[in-house]
Amino acid sequence: MHPLVEGFMYPNEVELQWSILIVLYPFITGLVAGAFILASLERVFKVEAVKPTYRLALLTALAFLIVAPLPLQLHLGHPERSFEMYLTPHRSSAMAMFGFVYLWYLMVVLLLEIWLDYRADIVRLAQTKQGPVGWLYKLMTLGSFNVSEGSRALDDRVGWIVTIIGIPSAFLLHGYVGFIFGSVKANPWWSTPLMPIVFLFSAMVSGIAAVLLLYMAIMKLKQRPIDMRCLDTIAKYLFYAFVIDFSLEMLDLIHRIYEADESFRALDFMVHTRLFVSQVVVQIYLGTLVPLVLLAATQVLRMRENVRRAIYAGAGLLTLIGIFTMRWNVVIGGQLFSKSFLGYTTYKVEFATREGLLPALVLMVLPFVILWVLLKLLPAWPEEEAA
Amino acid sequence: MRDAGHLVRLVAVLVVGLALFFVVRGMVVPAGFGKYGHYRPGALDDNRARLVAYAGQSDCEACHDEVVAARKGSRHQKISCEACHGPLARHADKPSEFKPQLPVVTPLCQRCHEADAAKPKSFPQVVTKEHSGGEACNTCHKPHSPKV
Amino acid sequence: MTMNRRELLAQGGKLLVLTSAAAAGLESMRVGATPRPDAPKEAQHWWGMIIDIEKCIGCGNCVRACANENDVPDGYFRTWVERYHVEGWDAEHPQVDSPNGAKEGFPPHPERTGKNFFVPKLCNHCTDSPCVQVCPVGATFDSPDGVVLVDKSYCLGCRYCVQACPYGCRYIHPQTNTVDKCSLCYHRISKGLTTACCEACPTGARQLADLKDPKDPVHEYLRTHSVQVLKPHMATGSKTFYNGLDGAVR
Repeated sequence: MHPLVEGFMYPNEVELQWSILIVLYPFITGLVAGAFILASLERVFKVEAVKPTYRLALLTALAFLIVAPLPLQLHLGHPERSFEMYLTPHRSSAMAMFGFVYLWYLMVVLLLEIWLDYRADIVRLAQTKQGPVGWLYKLMTLGSFNVSEGSRALDDRVGWIVTIIGIPSAFLLHGYVGFIFGSVKANPWWSTPLMPIVFLFSAMVSGIAAVLLLYMAIMKLKQRPIDMRCLDTIAKYLFYAFVIDFSLEMLDLIHRIYEADESFRALDFMVHTRLFVSQVVVQIYLGTLVPLVLLAATQVLRMRENVRRAIYAGAGLLTLIGIFTMRWNVVIGGQLFSKSFLGYTTYKVEFATREGLLPALVLMVLPFVILWVLLKLLPAWPEEEAA
Repeated sequence: MRDAGHLVRLVAVLVVGLALFFVVRGMVVPAGFGKYGHYRPGALDDNRARLVAYAGQSDCEACHDEVVAARKGSRHQKISCEACHGPLARHADKPSEFKPQLPVVTPLCQRCHEADAAKPKSFPQVVTKEHSGGEACNTCHKPHSPKV
Repeated sequence: MTMNRRELLAQGGKLLVLTSAAAAGLESMRVGATPRPDAPKEAQHWWGMIIDIEKCIGCGNCVRACANENDVPDGYFRTWVERYHVEGWDAEHPQVDSPNGAKEGFPPHPERTGKNFFVPKLCNHCTDSPCVQVCPVGATFDSPDGVVLVDKSYCLGCRYCVQACPYGCRYIHPQTNTVDKCSLCYHRISKGLTTACCEACPTGARQLADLKDPKDPVHEYLRTHSVQVLKPHMATGSKTFYNGLDGAVR
């Protein structure tokens, strides 16, 4: 028997099919959806307090959305054939339909909303900047330099509609990833109708936490004051989303334990052994309970500004680690046990291979590089830039 | 509406992009895709194109009547020749070019006849150490007519 | 809320259109091969397999024959045999082994308590296969004669189908980086030969079946034996029928 296998596994099951790159993918799309929901809080729900992070949230979503297909391409046996999903999409396949959801979200929601919000600045920059950057701005204007009151009002109106459409689109973007897993009846760790909803709420939690951390970090780097009212509001919404996310995950857990179906004993054993550190210690305790308690404390107790900031930073970081680990536990955990429920295998992450730790790390850093470029091109706080 | 000029340009870009997509799609999608179902019909032929490795018992019997005679009435009569002798389609095609190798007898017999609790009780099986004390099975048994 | 007749018709019309659209959408997501009206001559057959547990002796001939016939790479299996050991009445904790898929047979246990038997496994060529349902591009499909096949030149290697198969019969071919699995020796059965595994089986434990051929012995067999499919609760429409399948089999 294979040294990494305990018990019995079907002979073809010993090797894992989906690697750390497939863990990364839902994590990245989750950040996209969550950041966008935060942006829509201001635009649609008139939570004016979070306005300072509006543009940052949109650009963060874009930076991560651009990187999102890359782990998939690296994972595919034939990435050069991936366009087939657009040419001959199989309508019964959630994965195929997701290609269109991604495209829709990128083009009709995110790029459009960013363009409409930034258009006045783009036109101004097209007229003032020289060289290749100038040409880039000119291209982005699509040849129209009209920034009259009327056109700006129209942009605002259309942008509002786009955000309205964008909210269910963001839900669809990440809920779909949950459905890709949740609809696989062969795998009892994945197969549950709760999966899209759990994915969605954990996405919102991770996206909001990411924007919170980025806002604090960028303001620190620019040596500008942090708008505490904005930060407190973001933290409040993070807390609410977290409470819902935690409740959903507990519901799934309690349901499984209570019903104790055919797969339960095998899954329970797996959680207590191979998945103990990542599921119980990191995801549940460090990644959920600790940030929840920290955030609850800031909501209930009066704390000084710098104490709150430190807690937000700590809670935000733990949250991101926790949500990443949740993706790990779903994707990798779902492949560690045999579909015969009689055995377990091991996942050995390699380092410098196509699906190893190194490319995963590079892909996690890349969105921040892209965000830096985007922020240079499309300043998120123009009032401060002009000053 | 002059104020909507930029939006009109945007829609134009999208429409052009979409048209380009359909043009490229028409050129690139494999011929006949979707004819019998959501797949490329050529895949049926691709799957049929593999070379056959096992000729099948009737092919062997066409030439080797002496073996057919030897096996008549024996317990091994219904077993396909290639079950023991391995894939021989190449030999059946060009008998003098590809000469089959005789299998190593004892491990071959043991694969079926070594006693195991999971084998059906009625199936003839022995613990070879006790049965033959290490001697080759064909010392006493003729493979084509194994009854002693 | 009062509505005049025109409003009622308008609302009703909208509801009808939306419901039909939703139904059509859901229907296209559902699984199940509906035969096309212009299906080719292959559609004269409807292939399946019968496996008789009471006859299997675990010799592994089928595994070797399949590997030879289909150039199956080492360490991967289009078919394999499992050996079960069930103590007493505890069907929930069988001990199962399949050393190298039983390619060289099994290390013998001449004396063993409890209930012991062999179970050959392969792709079940389901009529409602979850693997075909999830393929994003149409690289795996149901042939008109009921065989689930792979289009190697079209497969992306996304591995969704490997995850979706409840029976673990798929793997990624290390050389082509596409998915591979039992093709029911499509190249053989299309020529009137039987599959390599059935050819090599010394006891007749494996039998190819053409469910559309009225003269095929499968019809009488199914009528006179208690047969089961693997994981019937998954409702995959498996066409691999097992005689004598014990409740402990996973």
